[in-house]
Amino acid sequence: MTEKVLMKGNEAFAEAAIRGGARFYFGYPITPQSEIPEYLSRELPRRGGTFLQAESELGAVNMAYGAAAAGGDVFLSSSSPGIALMQEGMSFLCSSEVPVVILNVSRGGPGIGGIQPGQADYFQATRGGGNGDYKLIVFAPASVQEAIDLIYEAVPLANAWQNPVFILADGILGQMMEPVRLPEPRPFLEEKDIRAKKPWALTGYGGDDSGRRIVKSLRMQPDELEAHVEKLFRKYERAQKELCRYESVGIEDADIVFVAFGTVSRIARESIDLLAAQGIKAGLIRPISLWPFPYAAFDALGKKTKLVISAELSMGQLIEDVKLGVNGRYPVALIHRTGGMLPTSVEVADKARQLYQDIIKG
Amino acid sequence: MSTTKLFFAGSGGQGILLMGQMITYAAMLEDKAATFLPSYGPEMRGGTANCTVIVSDAPVGCPLIYEADAVVVMNLPSLIKFEPMVKPGGLLLINTAIVNQPAKRSDIRVLEIPVNDIAMDLGNPKVGNMVMLGALVRATNVVSEDAIRQVMHKTFTGEKAKLNDANMQAFAYYKQYA
Repeated sequence: MTEKVLMKGNEAFAEAAIRGGARFYFGYPITPQSEIPEYLSRELPRRGGTFLQAESELGAVNMAYGAAAAGGDVFLSSSSPGIALMQEGMSFLCSSEVPVVILNVSRGGPGIGGIQPGQADYFQATRGGGNGDYKLIVFAPASVQEAIDLIYEAVPLANAWQNPVFILADGILGQMMEPVRLPEPRPFLEEKDIRAKKPWALTGYGGDDSGRRIVKSLRMQPDELEAHVEKLFRKYERAQKELCRYESVGIEDADIVFVAFGTVSRIARESIDLLAAQGIKAGLIRPISLWPFPYAAFDALGKKTKLVISAELSMGQLIEDVKLGVNGRYPVALIHRTGGMLPTSVEVADKARQLYQDIIKG
Repeated sequence: MSTTKLFFAGSGGQGILLMGQMITYAAMLEDKAATFLPSYGPEMRGGTANCTVIVSDAPVGCPLIYEADAVVVMNLPSLIKFEPMVKPGGLLLINTAIVNQPAKRSDIRVLEIPVNDIAMDLGNPKVGNMVMLGALVRATNVVSEDAIRQVMHKTFTGEKAKLNDANMQAFAYYKQYA
């Protein structure tokens, strides 16, 4: 195991991508993640990779599409409005089954919004901001260490599933420093090994009898397109069985169960302690995979639970998946702030207690 | 379980973020959990700078705080803005070389330290933040002095290593808070 180091989130994310095997980065600066391109512009060329600052996020995602279609392991990052510009490309990547690792260090929206942390890109990430039937595999870290581990794992995972893997972080995770352990670096995939490792990649026609390779998202015949989308969805169905991840804390006999991801889950943990001091037992379901969403986590809730609360930094997006998971078995409420504001743990605990008491009184 | 929440504020260039980072680094060396969160936004050189540090025996929850066990203010705007953030019974450290107003509250402990004047007396105007760091560490015991010493030797290398003696001397200045 490597030595513990103190790193800023954004720099740690960038280092994790290199160590995970991402040899190519395309991006465009945007707060609160600009330390990522800054770090990679220095480190990638030094370590045998390529850093390229695109003319825009639209340029970046399409450069990523090209490099990844040719078999390169690619990392892309941006923040909310920049990620919005990349949505068309994400739809293309999913349709063409081209793996890329994408990180959103999200901020407040809509529009250009602000630069403080937000979670209002939940729908964008899990429902797709691009056109058509497609799914990103989405993970949400709650600490710098977890982000490192997820990004490191995302490079081989994207390749194994031939699908983009999307990491939804937030401005606080990007800007904060925490002690972390970095994983051992994987060697970059070399050009000569691409054909063996990624037989679908566009490595040229010559050299053997393996035939033509085509990476495309255009399918003019409706029956052909339908068959292709159905094939994609058989893959997504398998992902729903294999990739669901969550953490649950004290939910079995909880009066209240919070559901929260990322930075908000850290606030909720503090609120759980505050409520315990007032005689209310609260628990937490923390989805780590946002798509596929861990609906099964809610099956562990017991008879004692009176209320499930979605705590989030949006006007209520995660809550839709919470309601699907709860499936009418418990009342579901929302505690939220938006626009870059964060609730305090006291605020969350007070609101939760109020909601709980209202339910008990009937 | 013990958790200490610290807040540092002043103007850009006063070594505010460095103080916070050094405490966080020292906490890591002591195998404690720690978070460092700088303010970020449309900042400019000479503008305001502040950061939050949490040191704990258990994993740290939210890295953002609304109440601190100790607040360091290095200039007047920071005193005005962040004095209310000190929790009752908490500690406020004021750089009185620059701040020419006293604290208003009586429910907190106040340490007035003219760190820039002390730094000048020590022969290096740059080490004011290290004088403040020394007072903070002694007054709170949030990390050990030895851990800070190790951090200095790990952080200031190459060209910056020659500042180590001056930094250590400044850090050791406020003995009476031990």
